[in-house]
Amino acid sequence: MTTAGAVARAKATAVPASETLPWLISAVLVGLALYYVVGIDQGAVSVFGDTTVLHELVHDARHFLGFPCH
Amino acid sequence: MEARSFVLRGVIAGAVAGLVAWVFALLFAEPQVEAAIAYEEGRGEAEEALATAAGAVPAGGAEEEVVSRGVQATIGLGVGMVAIGIALGLLVAVAYTLLHGRVALRPRVLALVVAGAGFLTIYATPFVEYPASPPAVGSDETIGDRTALYLVMVIGSLLFLAAAVAVARQVRGRIGTWNAVLVGGVVYVALSAVLMSVLPGLGELTINAVENGPRVSETPLPLRDAAGTIIYPGFDADVLYHFRVASFAAQALLWGVLGLVFGALVERRLAKGEVGERTPEASAA
Repeated sequence: MTTAGAVARAKATAVPASETLPWLISAVLVGLALYYVVGIDQGAVSVFGDTTVLHELVHDARHFLGFPCH
Repeated sequence: MEARSFVLRGVIAGAVAGLVAWVFALLFAEPQVEAAIAYEEGRGEAEEALATAAGAVPAGGAEEEVVSRGVQATIGLGVGMVAIGIALGLLVAVAYTLLHGRVALRPRVLALVVAGAGFLTIYATPFVEYPASPPAVGSDETIGDRTALYLVMVIGSLLFLAAAVAVARQVRGRIGTWNAVLVGGVVYVALSAVLMSVLPGLGELTINAVENGPRVSETPLPLRDAAGTIIYPGFDADVLYHFRVASFAAQALLWGVLGLVFGALVERRLAKGEVGERTPEASAA
């Protein structure tokens, strides 16, 4: 009972959705925004206007992560 | 333990995973990217020479370099890898929070299962239809179509996994956990295969098909002069292969480190919480 596994299992109780919702929603929004900025923005569509600084900065990562690029 | 703890640990685990993937990419992606850019430049010169020989006026100066290659290949690569690590860490933390305590798995195992599901749906399945490509492989004119098709694969894979899990849960009572998981796997593969067969290959996009005839991909063909003689080769198959293997390995590494670090951090926090509850002074501090 003193093993880490037993402790972890004992504490693994469900988190009620109501208290956690603001955290979860913000996390999803920030996560998706980052995914979009690294993978897509200033390519097919752009929210940061008609520049390519961001696109060029993360250019190699975008290719390597499998996103479509020029 | 509340959602805040999970989300913060997701960010930390994601950043660590991004750093590890950055080092991997420096070693294994950059040589292929450099080779691809060298091919692209050489091909550009050959095309220009061909156009000039045909009597066309050369199409004005080279592209302006917004960010230098030196920055792109080091800092820029790192910014991208760490940012995507944090993004995926956040999404994994959310999925984990929703499942925590609701499935009969130890936290670190659940963390690894969530990360594995993310790798499968967000990267590996789309990769089968639209694999990662180095510079020079991919036409400027089709970037809009390619982005849309790629996102259809990502979103489709996520929906298919949800459907597979729903089916598995439905049949589990009758056929047991092992067989239910197998049925879920078959559902996922079948749905993914149908979507892949319906979506067009990149070479089949109208602009490409008009230019080169129907093909599977956009990988550059050899450049020929009017007489049909090859004056510049097609894209190097080995560079393409090594780039794609490295891309796949980097994503496996990214998601694997993310799942392992996140699971370890969550279990450490849970163990601390247990100690804190036994000694109220400690938990109040």
